[in-house]
Amino acid sequence: MTEFLGYERPDGSVGVRNHLLVIAPIDCSYEPAKKIADQVPGAVAITQTHGCGADTMLAHNLVGTALNPNVAGVLIVGLGCETLTGEMLVEQIEPSGKPVHNITIQELGGTIKTHERGVRLLQGMAQDAAKLRREPFPLAKLTLAVECGGSDATSGLAANPAVGVAADLLIDEGGSVMFGETQEMSGTQHLLARRAVNDQVAKDVYTIIEAQENRLRSMGVDSRWMSKGNIDGGLTTIEEKSLGAVRKGGTKPLQGVLFNDWDRFDRPSKPGLYIMDGTGWDVPSVTHMVAAGAQVVCFTSGRGSTTGHAVAPVIKVTGNPQTYARMTDNMDINAGTILDGSESLNSVGRRIFQTIVDTASGRLTKAEALGYRDYIVFKRSREAEHLLGHC
Amino acid sequence: MKKAIQIDERDNVATATSDVRKGDTVEVLSPDGKVILKAKPVDDIAFGHKLSLREIRGGEEIIKYGEVIGVASRDIPAGEWVHTHNVDSARLKTSGEEVRGVTV
Repeated sequence: MTEFLGYERPDGSVGVRNHLLVIAPIDCSYEPAKKIADQVPGAVAITQTHGCGADTMLAHNLVGTALNPNVAGVLIVGLGCETLTGEMLVEQIEPSGKPVHNITIQELGGTIKTHERGVRLLQGMAQDAAKLRREPFPLAKLTLAVECGGSDATSGLAANPAVGVAADLLIDEGGSVMFGETQEMSGTQHLLARRAVNDQVAKDVYTIIEAQENRLRSMGVDSRWMSKGNIDGGLTTIEEKSLGAVRKGGTKPLQGVLFNDWDRFDRPSKPGLYIMDGTGWDVPSVTHMVAAGAQVVCFTSGRGSTTGHAVAPVIKVTGNPQTYARMTDNMDINAGTILDGSESLNSVGRRIFQTIVDTASGRLTKAEALGYRDYIVFKRSREAEHLLGHC
Repeated sequence: MKKAIQIDERDNVATATSDVRKGDTVEVLSPDGKVILKAKPVDDIAFGHKLSLREIRGGEEIIKYGEVIGVASRDIPAGEWVHTHNVDSARLKTSGEEVRGVTV
């Protein structure tokens, strides 16, 4: 039984990092929030950029990030006149038992006074958070998010199948895995539905892929067609193309589809494999999955990618040996050894699995060690969803 | 030695990991990295493209990742380049699929 070393939270969840989160519920207060976070080691500031309405899809993401076990404490820095208020966020974060404070710039009388108050609150939370010690926990306490971006022909051949092997190993040990990017599942709905644990999950698979195909069609894009580049690169059918993408989620039974909209923000309810219905845009996709509880992210990229996440380690895997050689500073794992036969798929999968466990236990990823703290909240247009009949 | 990968043991095609010329000997690796057979491609096969591991009859399923990626549109001899000229998607032709009693 493999264990990892993590920080236990008051709600029983286990963090792999011990971050303090500074939330600007509206971008108006983001600059002061960043300055406050800069003052205290381990603190990181996030915001959303969709305006100051009290949109529940935005609140779900911000609250979800605060509830992520990698966060030890939360400070909300609002402007004061936004509709999505700090109080609304506090109400949803407080039940987790983690410390949460809420201040607003207009009430405190400007950013310098807010800075003083904010730094003092963060300082106290940083002192307390530093007392926590890592302890061993079973992998049943770990949720992995899997993402791919900047794909090339090696992605479906090496990196995605190898990450899929690691995902299967994690699930065998009682852990959970989620993968998103609904549009990249087009053409595999019948195969994913076949792996569903019940009819409802099978139906959900069809529902989300059909809805995403509708959105693309409404923009004049037909997602069923293969691009010339796909075909030139050796992909023969849409099934083959999408199978290469979904293979990063491994081969285990599908426990559920996680919906993420105005009414729902689902999290895995029991161990196993899940699909997160969401955008194919890398950073917001990772942002969603971490907000749904993933503590560690595995990100495959054939062409190379640099992104991290505000509170979660992002492990970069490439199936392209040349990309690994060129971008060693950014790519954590070379799965390209599969291509020349110097290492088996299963061996690379086990290496990725071990890296996930080591990262969960505290080893920094390359993106973390370079200080990359990407965070973007994606929001669908409610008007467009209405017009398409999705809500 | 040129190589190709069979990603799942059920696959009847393998993917070339470098550009392969007709007549080259290609080592086909299993997911465990073992050489499962040496193929003699009867076509040039570009990096990322597929070759058949055995004779595939017209109408037979093409399997990669252990799943059906299409159907042979004609007989495909062993070692042939497998692509759009001899494979059709099984999915685009299908309308109204039935899965576990769920028809969408």
